[in-house]
Amino acid sequence: MDPLEIAVGLKERFADDVLHISNFRGQVGVYLKKPHLVEIARLLHDTPEYCLDYLKDLCGVDYMDIKMPRFEVVYHLYSMQHGHMLRLNVQVSEHSPDIDSVVDIWAGANWHERECYDMYGIVFNNHPDLRRILMPEDWEGHPQRKDYPTAGPEEEWRGFKEVERKAEEFKKYQWNRKKT
Amino acid sequence: MVDSPVSLVDVEEGIKVIPGADVIIAQLEKLQLDKLINWGRKSSLWPVTFGLACCAIEMMATGASHYDLDRFGIIFRASPRQADCMIVAGTVTKKMAPVVRKVYDQMPEPRYVIAMGSCACTGNVYRTYSVVQGCDTFLPVDVYIPGCPPRPEALMHGIIKLQELISKERMRWTPLK
Repeated sequence: MDPLEIAVGLKERFADDVLHISNFRGQVGVYLKKPHLVEIARLLHDTPEYCLDYLKDLCGVDYMDIKMPRFEVVYHLYSMQHGHMLRLNVQVSEHSPDIDSVVDIWAGANWHERECYDMYGIVFNNHPDLRRILMPEDWEGHPQRKDYPTAGPEEEWRGFKEVERKAEEFKKYQWNRKKT
Repeated sequence: MVDSPVSLVDVEEGIKVIPGADVIIAQLEKLQLDKLINWGRKSSLWPVTFGLACCAIEMMATGASHYDLDRFGIIFRASPRQADCMIVAGTVTKKMAPVVRKVYDQMPEPRYVIAMGSCACTGNVYRTYSVVQGCDTFLPVDVYIPGCPPRPEALMHGIIKLQELISKERMRWTPLK
């Protein structure tokens, strides 16, 4: 099935949610508001003609100072049976950075949503295990946000401070290194 | 001994060995215990395998048959308790730093650290929130090997530099007082 047809079908059915459709070199994207995301995802997954049964990727985007609302969560969907692809761009605002989880539909979304939460601080409602996945669990801040300092916050992560303290403390156990 | 068909090999001044026979011949009046021990240490460096990034691939290539680290007496050990040298091969992230330190702390003395590659030396281009700016911030590094990643020849050069360092050591068998 032509992905553009799927996108148009979505727009007819969820007129309030679909903002617009983009079509760039055969890649079709549907820009959505977030309220009925799970319903739409379920429809795309279960309808036999669509059968978008494979979530290729799920990621976040930060459009600080470029677009409003600030965040987007992007879903790349693929149909194993038909071979067509569709992209969903779901808008998430800065003051309520949360969105419904799609783990029930595509189990593979689990770690992707954790990564997105870790890097952008977008909370996925009803996620079975929403913890950080890349950064240490007691890390503060979300590093992929555009306003996060690249070289890290002024205050060093306490796990690393502990290592430095230990290195200093254990110097007294080192063997003598006199050289001629 | 004079008519013996085996040839003695000079190791250091006053120390000779018969290859393959596990025999060390030392002239007592010339013997310095340092030399004998240093020779033993530098000729059997056992590094713990600690690959963290792409440098690890180069380290594996150096260990494999083409470059063959075995001829230096270097055998990679999977356990830090059997190792006396640590090759930090790759980018050390802050999350990994406690693990690197823990592995180092489990190694018995005397122990050495080689920082392999620009990341392990200085952090390289990764001036970021997650990367340690050089593993010498929490480890006593003996040899730095630049390169991204260093070629096997560079790693071998670094190891030879470490051997030179070891052969110059004096009385290294007590904790620092």
